[in-house]
Order: sequence, then C-alpha cells, then structure tokens
Amino acid sequence: MTRIALTVGLLIVSGLAVASFPRSVLAFLLFQTSVLIVYVAKIPGWLRAALLAIALLVMMPVIGASNGYYLEVATQVGIFVALALGLNIVVGLAGLLDLGYVAFFAVGAYTWAIFGSPQGNAVFGTGFPLAPGWFYVFLGVGLVMAAGTGVLLGLPVLRLRGDYLAIVTLGFGEVIRVLANNLDKPINITNGPKGITPIGRPPLPVNVSYAEAFYFLVLLIVAVVVLVNLRLENSHIGRAWEAIREDELAAQAMGVPLVRSKLLAFACGASFAGVMGVVFSAKQVFINPESFTFLESIGVLSMVILGGMGSIPGAVLGATVVTVLNLQVLKGFSLWLNELKNAGVTVLGYNLANLPTQLEPAKYERMIFGIILVVMMIFRPQGIFPVRRRQRELVGVRHSPAAESTAVTS
Amino acid sequence: MSLFEACGVTKRFGGLTALNRVDFAVDAGIVSIIGPNGAGKTTLFNIFTGLYGADEGAVTFRAQPLAGLRPDQITALGVCRTFQNIRLFGNMTAIENVLVGMHARIPLGLWDVLSHGPGFQRAERKLWARAGTLLERVGLDASANTVARSLPYGDQRRLELARALASDPALLLLDEPTAGMTQGEASLLMQLLRRLVAELGLAIILIEHNMRVVMEVSDRVTVLDHGEKIAEGRPRDVQADPHVIEAYLGRGRRTSRAGTT
Repeated sequence: MTRIALTVGLLIVSGLAVASFPRSVLAFLLFQTSVLIVYVAKIPGWLRAALLAIALLVMMPVIGASNGYYLEVATQVGIFVALALGLNIVVGLAGLLDLGYVAFFAVGAYTWAIFGSPQGNAVFGTGFPLAPGWFYVFLGVGLVMAAGTGVLLGLPVLRLRGDYLAIVTLGFGEVIRVLANNLDKPINITNGPKGITPIGRPPLPVNVSYAEAFYFLVLLIVAVVVLVNLRLENSHIGRAWEAIREDELAAQAMGVPLVRSKLLAFACGASFAGVMGVVFSAKQVFINPESFTFLESIGVLSMVILGGMGSIPGAVLGATVVTVLNLQVLKGFSLWLNELKNAGVTVLGYNLANLPTQLEPAKYERMIFGIILVVMMIFRPQGIFPVRRRQRELVGVRHSPAAESTAVTS
Repeated sequence: MSLFEACGVTKRFGGLTALNRVDFAVDAGIVSIIGPNGAGKTTLFNIFTGLYGADEGAVTFRAQPLAGLRPDQITALGVCRTFQNIRLFGNMTAIENVLVGMHARIPLGLWDVLSHGPGFQRAERKLWARAGTLLERVGLDASANTVARSLPYGDQRRLELARALASDPALLLLDEPTAGMTQGEASLLMQLLRRLVAELGLAIILIEHNMRVVMEVSDRVTVLDHGEKIAEGRPRDVQADPHVIEAYLGRGRRTSRAGTT
C-alpha cells in the first residue's frame, strides 16, 4: 500500500517539479526517473499501465507545452527506442552483429524525402511533392523499402558470422551514406551533400501543434513496435532466432531454416528503422547524409548493449538513457564546465580560464559517454535490464532453487 | 526397401578417405555403429543429416534421396540427431530448447505470430504442453525452467535427446549419448531408448563406445574401421568376428606375445 502511495506520489511530485521549474534539466530528469520507477515498482499491473499512460499521454504533452524542447527530447527518445528495438532483433535475438543499421533508417528517410519534396521532380519529371496525405501511405512504403534493403543486405552475408559479418554490415552502412552523398549526378536523386528540403509534413486530423503530433505519432509507432517485438520474441520465430544466436549448426540440425530465419530477422529489424526514417524526415523537414553516419549506428548499438542484449525493456531503457545523456545530461555538463571556465574559477590552484582550446569542456562530452559505457561493461556487462527467460507455468511441480535464478545474461 | 539406406557412401577430406564405400541400412529397432577413434562414425552421421555432402554414393530415407537437402529439410523429413560434444542452446531454458526442436513441425507463419489470434495461442499452448511431456519422458520436468548450460552433464545429454525427439523423428541418430555417464545412468538411458522404440516405433542409430551398453541394447551392430565397414550383424556375432577383434586389439596379438616370451 505504501509502495503504491510512494510511486504515485513520486510521479506527481516530479510532474509538479517540472511545472514549477520548466527550465531545469534536473526536474525533467526527476520526471523521467519517476516514470522508470513506475515501470519497475512492484505495483499491480493495471495501476502500472494506468500511471504509464497518464505520464506519457497526459503529463508529457503538458510538460511539452511549457517547454517545447522537452517534447522534442521525448520524440527523439521515441525514435531511438524504435531503432534500438529493431537492432535488438538482429543483434540481441539473432546474434547477427550489424554495424550499419542506420542505413535502413536512411532508406526510410530518403524514401519520403524524395517523394514528399520537390526533389521528386528531378527524378521523375513533374508532380512532386506528393500531397501531404501520402505521408501515411509512405509509412508503409518506407517499411517495405527498408525491409527489402534488409533482405538485400542479408542475402550476401548469410554465410558470414561474427567479425566478418560486422565488417560487411559496417561497409554496407557506409555504402548507403556514400550513395546518398553522391547520387546527385548523373540523375539527381538525393541532392548529394546539400540534402533535401522542404520535406512535406502530414495533414493533422485534429488541431494540435506539429511537435505534439509527432510526439504522439512516434509514441503510437513505438507502442506497435513493442507489441510486435513481444509477439515475435514469444513465438517459434523468436526462439529460432535465439537458437541461431546460441548455436547456428545445432539450430539448423533441429529444423530451423537458417536462410529464411536470418533474412526475416534482417527484414524485421530494418522495417522499424524504415518507418521511423519516414517520420524523422517529415519531422526534420530537412535531411542530408550527415544524419546517417557510422557514429549513429554505433550509438544505436550502444543503446542495445547498455540496456541488455535481447531484452525489450532493456532496449527501451538503453535508448532513453543514451538519448537523454547525449541531448541533456552531457550537454548540460559541458555547459556547466564552460560557465566555470568563463567565470575563471580556480581548481587546485589552476585558473580554468587559462585552459587551452584543445581542452575545451565541450570536447569531454564523448569521452564521458565512453567512460560511462566502459564502466557499465565492467560492472554490469549483461546490461541494465538483462533478459528474463519466459517461465513455464508449473502446475504442481516444486520450484527447484535453480529455476528461481534464471534471469540470465546473454 | 529399408526405411533408411546408405549405398556406397564415400567421403574424402583432402587426401584422407574418411569413409570408403560404406553400405548401411536401418529398418527398425536400434542399430549401433562402433569402431575405434577416427573410424568415420561421426562423419557418417554428418553425411546422414546433411552437414556434409557425400563424394560418392547415395543416402535415401523412405526411398527419397537426401543428397542436396539442407539439414533442416532432412529434419523436417523425420531424421534428427544429437551431437557428440553437446550442442544445446546454452542461454535458453530446457523447455525452450525442446520448443526449438519442434520448429519443423510448427505450421504457423509470420502473420499468425503478429496477429496473435486464438489459433496461434492454442497452438502455442499445445507446444508448451508437449514440450513439458517430452521433458517428463527424459526425466527433466523439474528442470524445465533451468537454463541449459547450468544443467548437470548427464541432464544436458538427456535434454539433447528430448530436443531431438521434439522434431517427431522416425529415425533418431544419437552420437555417444552415454558419454560421461555412470554405468547406472547409461542403463537407465538405454531402457528409455528401448521404450521409445517400442512405443513410438522409432528407429535409432547409435554411435557408442560403451560396449556393455552396445551389446545389451542393439538389435544389430555395424563396425567401422578406417572408413570401411568391416563387420555387421547381431551383437553376439560381431563380438566374435575376428576382423573386429583385430581392429580393436591389433593384429597378431597372440603371435607377438609368443615372440616376446
């Protein structure tokens, strides 16, 4: 009872905190933490669902009304959650290390960017941009395009494993980016490094701002992606993927068709990225190849690893933590250091104002992120939310002690 | 025509002839393949299950040639195996391992999984129930939720057997199933195999080093040495075969001893 009161109370307090201090990053972090606590707290399932729904569907948009940047952060978190969940299928479940995952995101983004902007005229003649309503159709087109690209990538690398697969997928990711960079001639398809703009935004059925509309759209897609992930994982398809990860040869000997299963994993993982790519391009209005660098692939991979490979809550949390770290915490930290420097604060007898430009605090951001990753891998290599194996409902069978501790690393 | 037939199977690895024109047939019951280390027993299994292709010769199951089929297709036809060095899915639970074994028998597609309709849920419940029954059959039902790699060695071997049975095979290939087991455990396992043959009408090919087990349980025995079949027949006859004694104990054992004394 007290637990329920505490959880609900924390959520309310954090909401009030954000409302009273709309500029405070700490208040927003408190709100995020309280949502996480709602998820992990031992409270009845219906209450958890209700609280999460209130937090995400009511509180977050209200917060966004007072500080639009927070809604932007939440939307970006949602986009990366979908990416992490897609990569989680390929890397976490099927064990196929894909270092070029952002390529599928790019395929989705460019699919809508070309058809939803005047850029289409350069490729097909006239008639572009398509009417904004086509955006909703292109969510499906982007999915199919990305899934198709996933199969195309999958076919040549089926026989590769481990390091070799990683290198080929890395190359594939770069190929897509380089193509985007150079396909402005002979036919101008991607407009090269200049990128494509303006990309059409969808018509909205109700009178809300685009920021809110994209937030809800991303939330809806994430909900679908989570559902699809759960269903795949708890089916023979998910088990086949895991079997391939554990022992490819034995899996095949047990009747798992390797080619079909692996291609399905690539296609499923890619399709989520494709859908989010379409949303991303419409949300940003402008895209260029810079958004789809190797670093982005690594970023998504670090989300999956940080959260816990093969674990759905892990991928969600990993994506949230990494995105918030990058967008808010590390930014805030380097801003703070910069303030110290500008104020000429003395640390250990050294005046920070004399710091050479090579050591500017903004440059520590990535280093600190790296340190966090390394520390995590040393002290919790299985990730924040490691996989929990599905248990058989035992009827009348005594639990063996070993069966109690089956939360496993993968 | 027999249930399973191999005819003139030859396999070379570079200059080494691992198998040389081996003929082999199974109709029913338990057939053991024995022979010294390196005789080609596991290679034969790998050819039977499609992991290797034979250089010469043909393998047929229910009169259907297996050449060119992938291992998963052969499993779907009804031939399944276990491995000499246990190859379980280590991070999955025992029951999940068995569920993977059923893969070839699951008539559901991607859309069934995504729509999660009542038909899918019923099928999934049935699979879990059947996996539970299989675990019970090998005596592992209490460990259903234990992760495979933390099972004791003997249990892992029995789990591999359950996983292979899950694919509903008509022919089961067991590669040293009693390795690392005590004589008591081995006897229990053999009783289980006998029951499986009697109840399910399974045919079993057994690679085994434990001679007491082999002689006790086999209907027929085939002896391989250096890739060639040197004897075949009922256990008692094979035991007395001079070629077999020579392969295991060496040529001219008596004469050489006479020479030294």
